[in-house]
Amino acid sequence: MPLLQVKNMTHFFSGLRAVHNYNLVIEPGEIHGLIGPNGAGKTTIFNLITGVYTPTEGEIYLEGESIVGMQPHEIASRGLGRTFQNMKLWRHMTVLEHVMMAHYSKLTYGLVGAFFGTAKRYREEAEIEKHSMELLDLLGVAQFADQNVLNLPYGVQRKVEMARALAVQPKILFLDEPTVGMTPEELVGMMEVFRTIHREFGPAIFLIEHRMKVVMELCEQIQTLNFGEVIAEGTPEEIQRNPKVIEAYLGKEEVE
Amino acid sequence: MKEKRFYRIRRFFSGTPALGWLLGAFGAVLLESLVGDPFSEILGLPKIPVLFGVVIMLKKPALIPGAFAYVLLIYAIPVILFTRITAKGMNWMADKLDKMPLWFSAALHLLVLYFTLDLWAQVSDYRLLLIKLMLIAIMLTLSLNVINGYMGEFSCSHPGFMALGAYVASVFTVGLFMNDRLFGHALLPAGIGQFLFPIGLILAGAIASIGALVVAIPSFRTRGDYLAIISLAFMFIVKSLIENLEVVGGPRGLSGQPDWATLPTVFIWAILCVWTINNFVESTMGKALNAVRDEESAADAMTVNTRKTKMIAFMFGAFWAGIAGGLLAHVLRYINPGTFGLQKLAEVLAMVYFGGLNSVIGSIVGAVGFNLLSEMLRPLEIFKWIIIPVLLILVMIFRPTGLIAFKHFDIREILKPKLKMKERV
Ligand SMILES: Nc1ncnc2c1ncn2[C@@H]1O[C@H](COP(=O)(O)OP(=O)(O)O)[C@@H](O)[C@H]1O
Ligand SMILES: [Mg+2]
Repeated sequence: MPLLQVKNMTHFFSGLRAVHNYNLVIEPGEIHGLIGPNGAGKTTIFNLITGVYTPTEGEIYLEGESIVGMQPHEIASRGLGRTFQNMKLWRHMTVLEHVMMAHYSKLTYGLVGAFFGTAKRYREEAEIEKHSMELLDLLGVAQFADQNVLNLPYGVQRKVEMARALAVQPKILFLDEPTVGMTPEELVGMMEVFRTIHREFGPAIFLIEHRMKVVMELCEQIQTLNFGEVIAEGTPEEIQRNPKVIEAYLGKEEVE
Repeated sequence: MKEKRFYRIRRFFSGTPALGWLLGAFGAVLLESLVGDPFSEILGLPKIPVLFGVVIMLKKPALIPGAFAYVLLIYAIPVILFTRITAKGMNWMADKLDKMPLWFSAALHLLVLYFTLDLWAQVSDYRLLLIKLMLIAIMLTLSLNVINGYMGEFSCSHPGFMALGAYVASVFTVGLFMNDRLFGHALLPAGIGQFLFPIGLILAGAIASIGALVVAIPSFRTRGDYLAIISLAFMFIVKSLIENLEVVGGPRGLSGQPDWATLPTVFIWAILCVWTINNFVESTMGKALNAVRDEESAADAMTVNTRKTKMIAFMFGAFWAGIAGGLLAHVLRYINPGTFGLQKLAEVLAMVYFGGLNSVIGSIVGAVGFNLLSEMLRPLEIFKWIIIPVLLILVMIFRPTGLIAFKHFDIREILKPKLKMKERV
């Protein structure tokens, strides 16, 4: 049984067909890439699978279970972590609070614990704090734990966001252009982070990425999207040779 | 130069722990209760100045020197002397308490605070009323801060929640325990009523929470202006509902509530309110409110049940607003639908935004500051309604999120022994 399967998914935004007849199969631990020009519908596909929008048509299965129509938090707590193209950090919260927050679905102390500060609550909060610090440590940003996220350099913010997504303990991790706007040094650091995550936790990764270098180096399977439709699918080598891809996408950008 | 002066002033005050200030205040109040009367006579004051002399000064400028001397000699100098002399001992005690369980230390401080307030209030009924209203204002401000500050929705329904609570609690006490024109003979002896009063209040809070669903459910899909309007509509609906409900007196209101909202009762409920709300907002479950406010879609993607979170915020806020309303009804012992209108809304909103968003201590400062100011400036009559709004505008200009916004209310930190700044570096 595949970890994630999407069958014939189509989505309209009031008349605009953003995604058409999209199919996807991801096996556990696989790294899958999604490329395509701006406005092709990549982020929309993420939002459809993660439950932000409900697809107009189509089926989505996570570990064999249909997740169409579920709330994003329900899908997330089934083991789908994600990052956002524009990060979406919480402006008034510290780094540690970010990562702890993503443990929300694992809290069992309930309202009684929250209102009256039971022993169970302090025990659970201590546990998730410990786990959060481990994640921050793994990504090398533990020293910023008590700082507000807005005060941090961009590269650090990206790592915080990654740690937050990992706190969900994802079986599959959706990354939406995680290296956009990074300097070459930051990019090298980020690639290292991807490898560390994959080595430590072994989640499947579904990656939207603009930099060819990153996609070609990391992904086993790549889909190319144009105007909401998959125009090519295959291994990095196959994608690089595909004339449709070169025309729609690669030809316009320098291949790094 | 200026820096240095501030430093010296801060150093002067920084060596005393909270316990020292509380005991100092208690000492001053004790002094007032012993020699306040003869003292005011000597200074040519008609009676003990009720609010630190400000009201007298504004009313009769001729009495300014007397009132000033009174405040200096009864409050300022004794407190300063006391805290200076006992600083070492108080720090020693605070240190000992710091090593004990927090609840014990907190309870001890609260006990001193309670006796200080109680003694201060014994001088006049006016002071007693003021303190009760202030404690209720703290509950209202804090519970609204949960919704408007911590969760960042602009909710205007608080007077509506209060009204629900006030009427439910009043019907409970008046209906069950009093011989009343509207509800007939008492069903139960008034003697046990006092003990069952908490049940009436919890009922008041519960009904207010259920009312909050009317605003909470639309908030799943709507934010900002639209939700503000829905919540405002809710307030007006509750008001006109009560106006048309003849069983509870309609527009004439409801009176005859027993005098069960005593100072200890109100004090304990206010402490419970501050305690549970602070517990909540410091937990990860409570911080989910912040996550929903700052970036709802990210909260959702990080497994936060956003609908549940919104529902909790509205219902929990409304619960405490309902209890505050119930207490208010029993402090005033008369309510009518007009009590819970736009005027009340403006007051509560002013206290929240003046004190500071997303901050327990801010709400306490906001409620106490606003009430004190409002009472002290009462002799200015119409000018009061110029000065207070101007002050509010100034706060909004220079501190858009309020005086003490986004602060953690760390009780242990507040009660800690205080070293001299000199020794700290
Ligand atoms: N919420 C929305 N409502 C209407 N149109 C949208 C919405 N989100 C995206 N679109 C449109 O769908 C298309 C695909 O957008 P997107 O998925 O963000 O592209 P990509 O991530 O590939 O750059 C674009 O034409 C965009 O304008
Ligand atoms: Mg995109």
